[in-house]
Amino acid sequence: MTPVPEPLDAEVIRKDFPLLAQRVHDRPIVYLDSASSSLQPRPVLAAMERYYESTHANVHRGVYATAEEATALYEGARRKVGRFIGAPDPRHEVIFTKNATEALNLVVNSWGRANLKRGDVVVLTEMEHHSNLVPWLALAQNVGIELRYLPVDGQGRLDLCDLDRILDGASAVSVSAMSNVLGTINPVPLITEAAHRHGAITVVDGAQSVPHLVTDVAALGADFLAFSAHKMLGPTGIGVLWGRRELLDAMPPFLGGGGMILDVTLERFTPAEAPWRFEAGTPPIAEAVGLAAAVDYLDAVGMEQIVTHERALTAYALTAIGDRLGEVCRVFGPPVGGDRAGVLSLDYRDVHAHDVAQVLDQFGVCVRPGHHCAKPLMSRLGVSATARASIDIYNDDSDIDTLIEGLTHVGTVFG
Amino acid sequence: MPDLEELYREIILDHYRSPRNRGELPTPPAHRVEGFNPLCGDEVVLSLEVVDGTLRDIKVAGSGCSISQSSGSLMSAAVKGKSITEVRELVAVFKAMMSVHEASLSDDDRTTGTEDPPTEPEPVDLASLGELAALQGVVKFPVRIKCATLSWNALVQGLDELAKAS
Ligand SMILES: Cc1ncc(COP(=O)(O)O)c(C=O)c1O
Repeated sequence: MTPVPEPLDAEVIRKDFPLLAQRVHDRPIVYLDSASSSLQPRPVLAAMERYYESTHANVHRGVYATAEEATALYEGARRKVGRFIGAPDPRHEVIFTKNATEALNLVVNSWGRANLKRGDVVVLTEMEHHSNLVPWLALAQNVGIELRYLPVDGQGRLDLCDLDRILDGASAVSVSAMSNVLGTINPVPLITEAAHRHGAITVVDGAQSVPHLVTDVAALGADFLAFSAHKMLGPTGIGVLWGRRELLDAMPPFLGGGGMILDVTLERFTPAEAPWRFEAGTPPIAEAVGLAAAVDYLDAVGMEQIVTHERALTAYALTAIGDRLGEVCRVFGPPVGGDRAGVLSLDYRDVHAHDVAQVLDQFGVCVRPGHHCAKPLMSRLGVSATARASIDIYNDDSDIDTLIEGLTHVGTVFG
Repeated sequence: MPDLEELYREIILDHYRSPRNRGELPTPPAHRVEGFNPLCGDEVVLSLEVVDGTLRDIKVAGSGCSISQSSGSLMSAAVKGKSITEVRELVAVFKAMMSVHEASLSDDDRTTGTEDPPTEPEPVDLASLGELAALQGVVKFPVRIKCATLSWNALVQGLDELAKAS
């Protein structure tokens, strides 16, 4: 029996993150940019250092002891990540990529190019990150597929009134499970169920959802799921594409090179089976070890506990900003509720997001100003940029209080 | 917060709140040029009316942060009515005030097609810059230098285009 994890205590957790001991402008750092990239706890850093100090060798090549061990660690990471997202066949269905962006490009360029022709329909949403938009736009330019979009309503939710009409005749649907701008948790199961009814395959961008929600690919109704390690307490340089085995087995390789072949002659090559078919060249081994440690860390804290903690803190932040700064500061996205995660895109009256972020920096507060790689969504919201504060497991009320202190000072500077 | 006060000087905030020479001129006769900072979405649109070697009128449109917008406003006030030679001299002095740091950022400088050759930083005669010297505080915030130079790069691009056309 697995022990039931305790409720999350941010004060204890913070001690595991060395970067939180940093000071900026003579103040403790207040890290509220985890939607961009999260921090790493000591066990992740230690696992990677230990790997380099005691094990490092290339994988799937050598027969000596450390090479065997490196391979075992790498393949062990694959299985661990697979289990974390409820993959039915972790060994064969988890592909390591560079990041979520590469995972999505893999789907578009391998599955898309093999299965889509001129006039075929792919459905996206108006709130997609550029990484789930630009590869499809490129395919539209090159092959002539038609793109349709599920619209976003005034509260920052997907408007599904016309879902069936939009899905009619679609070959694929690719949606983000959680918006990196609005914090909206999209009703993915509902969309994928309808998509399958219309005969479309489903791609889920889990870059924001996997770090912050309980993930189960079957419950999501996903045929593909993409995410990045660096947003879930892991290292940069590694991402994941999970895909249903039947689909992966039928897909052509994405990149060519070493490690992804069964046989090569001067005339032709035979690709290896999935997932190795899609992992050309030396993979990010230390990063896979780090990602496995991040998964262990998240599991030990407990994803349910994380959801509870972050939901409470999001509610605290939305309420506090509304109470204290409601006159001058707008937060985009749905109100407090079950479909609202801890991404707060702020619009401060007529002060530009860059200036807001600059003032906050003086308080040690790290937020991200800009369009968050979602330019179509920004024009839909009618702004060119927002200042985005995002919440993770190591944040607590005091971080929100400092954010509000800084936001109040914005009014003093630009009053 | 001394750093912030140095960045957001009163003159800068004043030009941000009440920008000078705001708007656009009919083209032609005016020449239109755009500057864009893909990093933060700052946008500037300049309308330049050059007659007999003089920048007779200039209007600034666009949107962006306080630094990019106030810099555009300060620039317009400083160059309006000057000869093109004087304008280019002023650009050189302004960019010298910014350039040390801008050079280190210029790898990904896609705001305009023009690249400045790396120059030795020369002592800048701040007095000759007048109100523009208020933007000096920006050099301490390297990420913001591009905001400050956005409209200046667009101005140079516009003048180059006009020179080529004539
Ligand atoms: C929703 C969403 N999708 C995709 C990505 C791309 O992630 P990465 O930059 O790690 O490839 C991000 C991260 O910015 C994101 O927020």
